[in-house]
Amino acid sequence: MKLLVSLLLCLCIPLAWATEANAPKLDIGKGGQCVRDPQWMRKNHMHLLIHQRDEAVRKGIRDEQISLKNCVECHASLKDDSVIAREDSFCAGCHRYEAVKIDCFECHASKRRVALAKKDEK
Amino acid sequence: MSDLDTQRRQFLKTSLGAAAVAIAPGMLLFDTAHGKTEAASSKVRWGMLIDTAQCKTGCNDCVTACNKENGLSGGTLPTDSQWMRKIDIKDISSGHETSLPMMCQHCEEPPCVDVCPTGASFKRADGIVLVDKHRCIGCRYCMMACPYKARSFVHEPLHDQNPDVPRGKGTVESCTMCVHRIDKGQQPACAQACPNKAILFGNLNDANSEIAQKLRSVASVQIRADMQLNPGIRYQGL
Repeated sequence: MKLLVSLLLCLCIPLAWATEANAPKLDIGKGGQCVRDPQWMRKNHMHLLIHQRDEAVRKGIRDEQISLKNCVECHASLKDDSVIAREDSFCAGCHRYEAVKIDCFECHASKRRVALAKKDEK
Repeated sequence: MSDLDTQRRQFLKTSLGAAAVAIAPGMLLFDTAHGKTEAASSKVRWGMLIDTAQCKTGCNDCVTACNKENGLSGGTLPTDSQWMRKIDIKDISSGHETSLPMMCQHCEEPPCVDVCPTGASFKRADGIVLVDKHRCIGCRYCMMACPYKARSFVHEPLHDQNPDVPRGKGTVESCTMCVHRIDKGQQPACAQACPNKAILFGNLNDANSEIAQKLRSVASVQIRADMQLNPGIRYQGL
């Protein structure tokens, strides 16, 4: 019995390491938690965003807290102010890892407002 | 009443007051941070009254402001997005010239909404006609249906859009009456930029609003009123 348990443990530990090692290391920008905990957000952010987008566009109910704009403001990289510019950018990093195409930023700004304002001045 | 009771009462009063003072700004900040949470109401109908007598030939300030606010290139090729154009018209017999801005007229019965096969083209409760680009498939039926040629199609990929005004290739777009500004309680960019205050923006449904009062007192027209679309944009002196 003991042997079996130790064998299982030996199998499990490298497995856990492996998943940890494979998970994308993200540049979370300023980071912080304003909506829900990270694990919940990883699973459910798309539902919040799709709900918010319909409410905002069609009814004019603008819940700033769960708006894409608000996500970008905090989670854009502090180096390049973007959520999709690099392999480890906040949105692009995970979406590449999960092989889910992300359309949002074909229309929406992927940079935080200050970066865009700076560019306008130039 | 004992002295202890009075003291206790006093203490409770001050602590309640202190709590209210501490919480109130937080609640206010919470409200501002969370944006506008009530929906656009059908009690409101946003519109504009454009006084062509005040609109100067050669002045392009409204168009420039529109382009800047919405991140348009400012190009005037058939493939460039133009949400607002300045138009100069001349009465041939008298030689009288008029200049006016032309954009989406935000019809009450919008033909663009009628023809849209996906429901992307829609009218918001407060009368603003918009394109829901999440649903737009870029078929451009609405562009053909619009009698005012107010809509544009985005032909090329775009970058670094204004965070408040998402725009992208493959979708149709037009004047939004600066809906993102209206929802913040501001005026549309063109109305604010006009040096002669030729563009009056307001709520057509509110009898006490400046625009409703002016509409009552001066003669104004709807462009192509014969089609009975009841546009929200009215022109004075045309």
